[in-house]
Amino acid sequence: MEQIEFDYPAAKRRVTKKAHVGVVGSGDMEVLMEPAQREGAHVSITTSVDGFQNSWKAVFDRFFSKFDGAVRIQINDAGATPGSVLLRLEQAVEVIGQ
Amino acid sequence: MSQTSMIPEFVTRTSFIELDGRSRAQSLFDEGTWKELIDPFDQMSSPWLPMQGIAPQADDGCIVIKGKIGGMPAVAIALEGAFQGGSIGEVSGAKMTAALDLATRDSEAGKRTAAILLLETGGVRLQEANLGLAAVAEVISSVLALRPHAPVITLIAGTVGCFGGMSLAAGVSSYIVMTREARLGLNGPEVIEQESGIDEFDASDRALIWAIHGGEQRVGMGLADALVEDDAEKIKTVIRGYVHADLLSEYRSQQVDLYRDRIAALDTSEQIDPKSLRQKWGNETTGGLR
Repeated sequence: MEQIEFDYPAAKRRVTKKAHVGVVGSGDMEVLMEPAQREGAHVSITTSVDGFQNSWKAVFDRFFSKFDGAVRIQINDAGATPGSVLLRLEQAVEVIGQ
Repeated sequence: MSQTSMIPEFVTRTSFIELDGRSRAQSLFDEGTWKELIDPFDQMSSPWLPMQGIAPQADDGCIVIKGKIGGMPAVAIALEGAFQGGSIGEVSGAKMTAALDLATRDSEAGKRTAAILLLETGGVRLQEANLGLAAVAEVISSVLALRPHAPVITLIAGTVGCFGGMSLAAGVSSYIVMTREARLGLNGPEVIEQESGIDEFDASDRALIWAIHGGEQRVGMGLADALVEDDAEKIKTVIRGYVHADLLSEYRSQQVDLYRDRIAALDTSEQIDPKSLRQKWGNETTGGLR
């Protein structure tokens, strides 16, 4: 198991809602997205698959190239592929956008 | 023939099995009456799983929702089968027990509060060992405390099924509702095969497994009360009926002599098959939609 943290200080747009999507089942993950308590966005990942820090970084760099919300994202992962990760993130954004 | 009438019914219905644990629990309540207690943002996850290199889940795979069903107070407790096989650990067990105890307290105070257990579980979470075993004992005693005051309804939709310690909780509940896809048993097929050999039970024989553990057989034998289709609306209607049902004077788990006599009367000189057992033990009072 591995803990990974990222900061995206440029994401400053205020959000008010929170979202919980996904299940920590094989090949899937859960996302908790809520308004950040401090400046910028913060990502905290707990994954059961070790050694994929670079892939996580690439996925979140891409995600925050389009999304600018000041959110705290917490992920519990049971081996989701980068594609599934992005889909779960987009699903969470959809929920807080509603 | 019009286009719509050619679409089979199973295409248009909302599948209950395809919903996750949270959506299943939510789907049972009257619209706008429910709220989740100790939701994922309360961060009540298992402290034991990360120590063993396993990613936890923010709700520990146990979803508690309080609200109204057909206007009556009720609490639904769902185990998420996709997370660690729906296994019961220290935190998920404590959530379950606390929810049942609060329902008992409300019921004793005159506000009858039914409990619905949505069980998709292999039983005790082996990583949490004795704490999981203790949780099963606590859940059973909480079910027994609530049962004289309000219905405790176990709903097993599948496809994980309900096995191990939590099958005991199902066994002491007031009513059990199952789909044809659901399974209920103390030991799962793999466990029986591992312990007693493949001649006793072939865990790869799906037809055999469902003929013994499946919802149709369980309801047919009178070990469960209603067989429902995998349809969220129909399941909601059946659950609403049980939430409003009168309290029973005697529960299945109290009929010790009945089942002792039935087992004693079985002829074990030849192989008993599921169908003949269903005919012998056939349950006239229940049987749900069949």
